[in-house]
Amino acid sequence: MTQRKNIEGSFHLTGGDFTNAGGASSELKSLLINIGIAPAIVRRAAIATFEGEMNVIIHAVAGVMHYLVTPGYIKVTLNDMGPGIPDIAQAMQEGYSTAPDWVREMGWGAGMGLPNMKKNADEFRIDSIVGEGTTVEILIKIKEELL
Amino acid sequence: MTLKKVAEILGAEVVLTTADMGTEISSVCSSDLMSDLLHFSTTPKSLLITGLINKQVVRTAEIADIKAIAFVLGKRPDEETVEMARQKGIVLIVTRFSRFTACGRLYAEGLRSCTGEDR
Repeated sequence: MTQRKNIEGSFHLTGGDFTNAGGASSELKSLLINIGIAPAIVRRAAIATFEGEMNVIIHAVAGVMHYLVTPGYIKVTLNDMGPGIPDIAQAMQEGYSTAPDWVREMGWGAGMGLPNMKKNADEFRIDSIVGEGTTVEILIKIKEELL
Repeated sequence: MTLKKVAEILGAEVVLTTADMGTEISSVCSSDLMSDLLHFSTTPKSLLITGLINKQVVRTAEIADIKAIAFVLGKRPDEETVEMARQKGIVLIVTRFSRFTACGRLYAEGLRSCTGEDR
């Protein structure tokens, strides 16, 4: 089998832009399908990145979603200019949300975003500074036997 | 169960046919909370029953490999939402039933939850 080269890129995300929300994750999902990643892995990556993208749209002023796809893994890093998270352990609890009511009315703010990202990732890391922003990094391994 | 059969059981109007109505639906999920869907929906090729009619529902369906969406209580999505579903190949149907009744009718006919909890 020919070894696939690394693929990387990034998307700029604008806080509050619900018209295009999810567009970056959709593009990344298409890319993963097109290069032949197994559907079950694509689905996990798509869900994790979509949740991350929505967190930026909902909570931050702006952010960047960077992806790197190697033959062995998919790594997505989300950096945002947002309010930051004072208590990460609390934010990781299923059902905990600080989303405003108007966001909940659109179907978001269930308090499952960060837990969903962690659930679908093989490795998950989150750092946040209140008043500056949040960085989330997810890594999903590509199991060769599924390709 | 085929999409055609689902539409019959729900007495639904097919708003958008992007796939063969003979396409098989493997399971059903029902929620108005998108992250709950993304968390608990573990099986692809499912049907989503929801009361939300915005674009986020279609985007969530695309991400979670949901094949079709049934909007309840006769609610119809706007043209922008329909267009997004067209691009993503997602079938849209509208039923006059509530979420409870729509789920009950499909359960009675043998469809089960996308969470896998009742198999």
